[in-house]
Amino acid sequence: MNLAAQINSLLAALILLTAFGLLVQKRMYGLLHIFAWQGLFLSVSTAVVGYAAGTHHLYISSVLTLLLKVILLPYILHVLIQRLQIHKEIETVVNVPTTMLIGIALVIFSYHLTAPIRELSTLVTRSTLAVALATVMIGLLMMITRRHAVTQIIGFLAMENGLFFAATSATYGMPLVVELGVALDILIAAFIFGIFFFHIRTTFDSLDVKQMAKLKEED
Amino acid sequence: MTFSPVGAASSSVLLFFLLAAAALLLKRNQRLLITAGFSLAAVASLLAVAAGGLVVWSGLIHKLILPIGLPDLPFHLRLDPLSGFFLTVIGLLGFFVSIYSIGYCRGFLGKRSVTYLVIFYALFMAGMLLVVVADDAFFFIISWEIMAAASYFLVMFEDEHAENRKAAFLYLVVAHIGAIAILLSFGVMAGFAAGVEEGFNGYTFDAMREAKFPTGWATLAFLLAFFGFAAKAGVIPLHVWLPEAHPVAPSNVSALMSGVMLKTAIYGIIRIAFDLIHVFPWWWGAMVLVLGVITAVMGILYAVMQQDLKRLLAYSSVENIGVIIIGIGLAMIFTSFKLPVLAALALIAGLYHTLNHAMFKGFLFMGAGAVLHATQERNMEKMGGLIHKMPWTAALFLVGCISISALPPFNGFVSEWLTFQAFLFTPALPNALLKLLIPLGAALLALAAALAAACFVKAYGVTFLGHWRGHNPLNPPLLRGTKGVVEVDWFMRLGMILTAFSCLALGVLPTVVIGWMDTISEQMVGTKIAASAGAFGWVWLTPVSHERASYSGPIVFLGILAVVCATYLLLHVRRTAIHRAPIWDCGFEKLTGRMQYTATSFSMPIRRIFGFLFNIKEQVRITPPVPPCNKGGVGGLHYHLRVRDRFWGWIYEPISDVSFWVARKVGMLQQGKIHIYLIYSFVTIIILLMFFR
Repeated sequence: MNLAAQINSLLAALILLTAFGLLVQKRMYGLLHIFAWQGLFLSVSTAVVGYAAGTHHLYISSVLTLLLKVILLPYILHVLIQRLQIHKEIETVVNVPTTMLIGIALVIFSYHLTAPIRELSTLVTRSTLAVALATVMIGLLMMITRRHAVTQIIGFLAMENGLFFAATSATYGMPLVVELGVALDILIAAFIFGIFFFHIRTTFDSLDVKQMAKLKEED
Repeated sequence: MTFSPVGAASSSVLLFFLLAAAALLLKRNQRLLITAGFSLAAVASLLAVAAGGLVVWSGLIHKLILPIGLPDLPFHLRLDPLSGFFLTVIGLLGFFVSIYSIGYCRGFLGKRSVTYLVIFYALFMAGMLLVVVADDAFFFIISWEIMAAASYFLVMFEDEHAENRKAAFLYLVVAHIGAIAILLSFGVMAGFAAGVEEGFNGYTFDAMREAKFPTGWATLAFLLAFFGFAAKAGVIPLHVWLPEAHPVAPSNVSALMSGVMLKTAIYGIIRIAFDLIHVFPWWWGAMVLVLGVITAVMGILYAVMQQDLKRLLAYSSVENIGVIIIGIGLAMIFTSFKLPVLAALALIAGLYHTLNHAMFKGFLFMGAGAVLHATQERNMEKMGGLIHKMPWTAALFLVGCISISALPPFNGFVSEWLTFQAFLFTPALPNALLKLLIPLGAALLALAAALAAACFVKAYGVTFLGHWRGHNPLNPPLLRGTKGVVEVDWFMRLGMILTAFSCLALGVLPTVVIGWMDTISEQMVGTKIAASAGAFGWVWLTPVSHERASYSGPIVFLGILAVVCATYLLLHVRRTAIHRAPIWDCGFEKLTGRMQYTATSFSMPIRRIFGFLFNIKEQVRITPPVPPCNKGGVGGLHYHLRVRDRFWGWIYEPISDVSFWVARKVGMLQQGKIHIYLIYSFVTIIILLMFFR
């Protein structure tokens, strides 16, 4: 039991590390790799929680996560990046060190926020809830600070990772049906993003979301 | 099987819904749809009259709870004398207008499909009937909205003109602002009516009747409700939609809107003030009275200025609503000073005027519709001399004009006279301020009555008398298209004749009507006036006591009839008494129809006197002469006059400017940058998390 909790904490730390990695990484492929790593840690962590808590349906979730977030989604994004011939450099709105500092502030805030829950909960995974919350917020932060549509998608998927992690760490996972549904949603979202990228590109000749400001009505 | 009023009322409503559904099936055969549809509407209206009339006569209360509605709040129906009275008013005018519509809507044949007109006409009638029988707030609001939405589509019926769409939109906006106020008012009352119980019980009117309201909250509820109903009734300054929407609707619809839809708002005010809230600080009544006086005077002043016949009638509706509101305001003042007999007198005066206005205004709109139907023209400046081509319409329209000008023997006189009687009793009030100010209101009401007479002299004179003013004076004037101007068909005439008779009957037999209406005042203010009003039999109407004032409809009527007959005989017995000849042209020899006294020139003195109340723009443009004849003089003279409602500039334009300004400021939030949007949600999440930690 204790060991499982320790392993889970380690994995949580790694997930948080990859989340920061996403903030720091300046190259598109590197970003994808880090995202895949995050998915892998998540998948392992889910399996560990499933083993420790004896809830076996978490294994299915774990496998699904592995297939989707480690293999399929990075692959799709990879293909997209190649096809669309996207710049390999990432453009940011706020510079990296500042983003990092905000990220650290968010982590502290998350710990502060989850402190009361940590004292009430009896689950082995209770200490990782703060990490999950921090991952969600860092994902959102990434969406805010990046210009490129693809990076925004990765931020979105990172947020989803965080939510999933929160679900497993707070309540030993959602019911299987819900998880299956979520997994399907992610998959479909990825396809839709793929299609939209092409459309956005043909419309604006760019994937810079700044272009969308043109959609606003003039006054 | 016995006749159950509430059953009759609900079957009347059901028939209207059925008609709305069946109209879709008869879409293919428009002529049949018009005949069958409006005949059915007439029958359904008669059912409503029967139900309402019986309830008022018996004074009993009938209730019915329908098994539909919200889970906890089924639809409550209730027929008491007050709703019965309004049911009668709606049904009666609905009956006359439905007959009239058979003829009127044939004018649309071959031009546009009338299916929607029939559907929304039926829904509109059903909505109005439901409003007055609804007995819980939820059902009331639903009915109110059916009525508002259906009338919106009716105003939009001829939607190819931008003017109509604009008017309909304005109407919809005002109607909904009013509906929100009414809803809020019900919310306030339900809060107190529900007491400690959970659920929707507080929303039934029964619970509201039982409830005790603190004065402050009662005032809030009353003010909200009054605002909402005033917006519907067209009380100044909430009247702006009325002169826009009424003229553009088909005339049979204008007749109903002006004749009875405005009255549902009167019903609402009476229901809320006298039945649901029993608290009566005297200033409520004073406020209602002041607004009524302002509405009456301003409404008729604006009416005098109009050149559009239907617009004139619409403004005149504003005036009459003012007169009705005056009656209600007086009744409220008397009630708050515990003078039930006088309150009953004022309330009966207001209700009588409600009935009368429904009749003669519906009637006048039908008449205007007949003129429109025949000439395709709404502008009075382009009419004239129609009495020769449309003698029936002209004679009937005259009856309507006499009624609305409050001249005996027709009905308008009786109710305005009763209102004056109520005014004359105000010295009985124990409040010095009111004692001083109310006679001023009476004086202004007298002014309004006189101006109304002037207004309808103008309307009748310019439209029906004189010569045709159309643009092409050389052609035989009344030829338009192929048929020219001809008298309207018998259905339209029948609808108008029946209404004319009801105007006469209401004017000649007021004691009978007041005896019938007495149960309402008993229910609302707790006392009757029929005993004193009819103390000298049905011939003499003596409100309160015969020493003070009395009026005999039948005797006046017979006297007037005798004079009219004698004059007719004197003029027509000898063939030489009437001598027809061309107009003396002072030797000018080139007189045309356009040189006549016009509507604008008729109202010019009033425009000069009361000019400060209007937003007037007057322009005279003289164009230089055309080169060939260069000996000075003028080539052309253009006179342009625009009279606008001052309230647009005073109230509505500032409001719309402010809302645009606010919208622009709020629009700054919308940057079009996805990062900004994400930051909004991010910051929101963080703040929420901090609060709910």
